[in-house]
Amino acid sequence: MTVDHLVVVGASLAGIRAVESARKAGHTGRITLVGAEEHLPYDRPPLSKAFLEASEEAPADPRFRTEEHLRDELGVELRLGAPATGLDPKARLIALDDTEIGYDALVATTGGTARRLPGTDGIAGVHTLRTWDDAVAVRSALDAGARTVVIGAGFIGSEVASAARKRGLPATVVESLPVPLVRSVGEDMGHACAYLHRAHGTDLFCGATVLSLEQVDGRVTGVRLGDRSTVPADLVVVGIGVDPSTGWLEGSGLEVHERDHGVVADATLRCADGVYAAGDVVHFPNKLFDGEMMRLEHWTTAAEQGALAARNALDPDHATELGTVPYFWSDWYGSRIQFVGRPQADEIRVISAETGDARFLALYRRADRLVGTITIDRPTQIMKYKRLIATRASWAEALEFAGVG
Amino acid sequence: MSLQVVLDQDKCSGLGLCEAEAPEIFEVREDGSLAVLDETPADEHRMACEAAVAACPTEALRLIES
Repeated sequence: MTVDHLVVVGASLAGIRAVESARKAGHTGRITLVGAEEHLPYDRPPLSKAFLEASEEAPADPRFRTEEHLRDELGVELRLGAPATGLDPKARLIALDDTEIGYDALVATTGGTARRLPGTDGIAGVHTLRTWDDAVAVRSALDAGARTVVIGAGFIGSEVASAARKRGLPATVVESLPVPLVRSVGEDMGHACAYLHRAHGTDLFCGATVLSLEQVDGRVTGVRLGDRSTVPADLVVVGIGVDPSTGWLEGSGLEVHERDHGVVADATLRCADGVYAAGDVVHFPNKLFDGEMMRLEHWTTAAEQGALAARNALDPDHATELGTVPYFWSDWYGSRIQFVGRPQADEIRVISAETGDARFLALYRRADRLVGTITIDRPTQIMKYKRLIATRASWAEALEFAGVG
Repeated sequence: MSLQVVLDQDKCSGLGLCEAEAPEIFEVREDGSLAVLDETPADEHRMACEAAVAACPTEALRLIES
């Protein structure tokens, strides 16, 4: 069937890219963009970076496009502040709180929700950092000189600690694992990242559990740890991961992943007839890694998938499969951490330790293939490794490129 | 019609995703800044340049037809 009405549910990066790519592909029919938040689509990476820096002026506006641009240039009908509540893929209907929208093709880009610490809802000074509103609250606390405690030594939390230290504020990171970031980059890299915290005066407690939050008059005053010590805090940022937002797909018959309830798609990002998905919400088989299923919470993937999902939704007979090298970056204390590829490996070789270079470089091997690379402050090299991974370079080629082959 | 690459230095943060898409046109320098190696690339680089623009997380790149 020909697609007249394209509906994109989820008004963030993947959603805006879906809309833009649909128009670029020549779609002249209706497009509706549905978003749970009241805000126009906005960009998230700056929210834990430049947005938190001390400045006289207001931080840069993170919105991608103006309402006029979306409405007049792209011909998009906006339904913001309207979370989707249900999907009937047979009838091709999406339920919102107060109404239903019919579609011919659907792209689901609902992303995820930051996990909260159980029992801490409603305590002033306790925040996650996922949305623009979150970032405004965190920035305002930092402006007030908050003693900052971050729970979870992931990338977002670490950027918050970095922002607090840059302002000269005390910062503490509490991590339940013995080494931070083990699951996302491996143990040696976790140590390298931990070093950045300690070198810049952030207290990092690893293998530490949070017993409770201390509060006075409903406002947080400290974080009580498993060893019964208390870290004083005016601001607590909880960075313990993201749950895919798929509650609205319950009962739709779409397959969700048993572990995290992310929606499951095929290599063309198709979940069901007329339904495609993109961004943090979707598990997909990555052609470049022999069909390994992955769900990525990365800017570049959301952008790429949003565009592809819309093109495929509009022309399913000519749908193309996604093969992509995952990529993320994080800025801590003036250092830039960049990762390309996959961290799960048969071997992780810390090249910088062999060559005596202070700037971290590690390569990840599966069988005879380079599958991942992490660098700290090696801006000229990381993308060359990305290309090596994209072209399925052998381990020997990678080592030779690194100068140790 | 020829293609022109326009870089907004204020927006560019030197991540290098453009270089991954179009290494003959873009290269990140040692200081983390971006060099546009060819500001008027030949037509054969058009698709790679479009991919580079789409891949830029700070929307620092534009292509104009001149």
